[in-house]
Amino acid sequence: MSDALTPEDVKKIARLARLEVPEGDLERVGRELSAILGYAERLQGLDLEGVEPMAHVGDQMNRLDADEPGEAFDNQTVMGLAPDGLEPFIRVPRVLGEGGGA
Amino acid sequence: MTPPHDGFPGLVELARLVASKEVGSAELVKQALERAHTSAGLNAFVSLFDEDALARAHRIDERVAAGEDVGPLAGVPIALKDNICLDRGRTTCASRFLEHYESPFSATAARRLEEAGAVVIGKTNLDEFAMGSSCEHSAFGACRNPWDQTRVPGGSSGGSASAVAAGVVALALGSDTGGSIRQPASLCGIVGFKPTYGRISRWGLVAFASSLDQIGPMTRSVEDAALAFGVMAGFDPKDSTSSESAPPPDLMESLGEAPKQARVAVPKQARGAGVDSRTLAVFEEAVRSLEGAGVKVEEVDLAHTEAGIAAYYLVATAEASSNLARFDGIRYGRRADGETLEDVYVRSRSEGFGPEVQRRILLGTHVLSSGYYDAYYNTALKTRRVIKAGYDAVFGQGFDAVLSPACPSPAFGIGEKLGSDDPLALYYEDVFTVGANLAGLPGVTVPAGFTPPPNGLPVGVQLVGPAFAERSLLQLASLAERALGVERRVAVSN
Repeated sequence: MSDALTPEDVKKIARLARLEVPEGDLERVGRELSAILGYAERLQGLDLEGVEPMAHVGDQMNRLDADEPGEAFDNQTVMGLAPDGLEPFIRVPRVLGEGGGA
Repeated sequence: MTPPHDGFPGLVELARLVASKEVGSAELVKQALERAHTSAGLNAFVSLFDEDALARAHRIDERVAAGEDVGPLAGVPIALKDNICLDRGRTTCASRFLEHYESPFSATAARRLEEAGAVVIGKTNLDEFAMGSSCEHSAFGACRNPWDQTRVPGGSSGGSASAVAAGVVALALGSDTGGSIRQPASLCGIVGFKPTYGRISRWGLVAFASSLDQIGPMTRSVEDAALAFGVMAGFDPKDSTSSESAPPPDLMESLGEAPKQARVAVPKQARGAGVDSRTLAVFEEAVRSLEGAGVKVEEVDLAHTEAGIAAYYLVATAEASSNLARFDGIRYGRRADGETLEDVYVRSRSEGFGPEVQRRILLGTHVLSSGYYDAYYNTALKTRRVIKAGYDAVFGQGFDAVLSPACPSPAFGIGEKLGSDDPLALYYEDVFTVGANLAGLPGVTVPAGFTPPPNGLPVGVQLVGPAFAERSLLQLASLAERALGVERRVAVSN
């Protein structure tokens, strides 16, 4: 059984997931995730030698569509969904240069 | 072969009434809406489309009056789980993130039902993004079980199950990633059918775990489930995992054909520890009834039944963490202010997603992350293949289906398992259902009976069949329905 997730571990996972776990919840969340992972570790006791991983049951992989234009939404419809739209743009905080964070 | 309907007509009968002008669609829709409003305490609906549904019903009545054939679901009121897109109203996934989201398009499944004449009266409550087994993880409050309003209807398609069991609609769509159609159907005493993976287009179903998700009907009879399935099933170029194999054309006509010498397998795990004694008692009675109807029931070993839960929660959360990355606050949905783009992402997501969704995203992110991928995700994928092989072996021995309780216990109290601070307590609900998702197989819940008084809670049994064998699976389910003879499908009197 691996060690329980520490508050630092949870912070790291949250950063990867683009979520913010409040400081006061880190320990509880770590405990809950560790309980689930601990349960999942029973799989490592199965005899899985030589078994190929199966990500999908479908026998047909990557069916390709013909490269033809089909129906599409008009710009207005799509842009209308953006919470901070400024047609034909979407407004976001500065990305490049000083203050760009992403 | 008339299914029991408790004074509440099924889809076939309702459509016939409308098409023959005996009852107007507008009248049926009005009745359904009234019932939805009077049973508002169930919190089964997230939205109701009173005016829109009535207007559509009137148009159907006009078309009928003009002599048009409006389709096999002529004018019948139905409901959609609110993670299935409709080109009007809101599609919220019971999440704050999508609280005001209006989809510009309809899911293929919804469109096909509407083209067959159905009238959507509203969108039903669910666990946020379909993540849960109790319908308590909804941003709009827990949904209630019409058989006992202090109890959960199951989940995640709890609103759809509740609406059907309360007699509001004869058909509600659900989605099933690990049991989300079959478990609430069991807890609410109705039929819930998850077809083979790829049978019904997922286009317009908000993705939770793409390799497991499947849309299906929740109804009061197997016949109704078969009718709705037939309307929705079939290839859709918009879903890259949609199966190209044609659905059975004679589904309805063949439903009454009793399978000759049907053989079903009961995994010994179905009688294992952890199964509620009341559920087990109803199950054993169901086995005896099936045997009485000429079905050969034999015990088998489906050794990896419980491992399925662990494999499922690793695979499903891994896929969810990837699928839900699209919710960034930029293109649609909730947007929080932030100094930087990163802040906008993080705050929008942290404010918009509820605790269970965040927990699953974190878990999925972890199991996919560098250094843990092999130990967790890859191991789960290998287990998935072993689980599928287990089913293949059973079907290879000539069994027509695997029979088990649909879930280990009857409806539990609202707050009972959430309060336990142990997410695993709730995850165990899915022990008998996740296998069909991992292996991509069709599964159907049929009402089997009730727990003893004073509670009298519904209990369902599940039949899982070989991939794409919906025709024989539904025949068997229909036979089971008649053999088990549960008359009451609706928790209120008409």
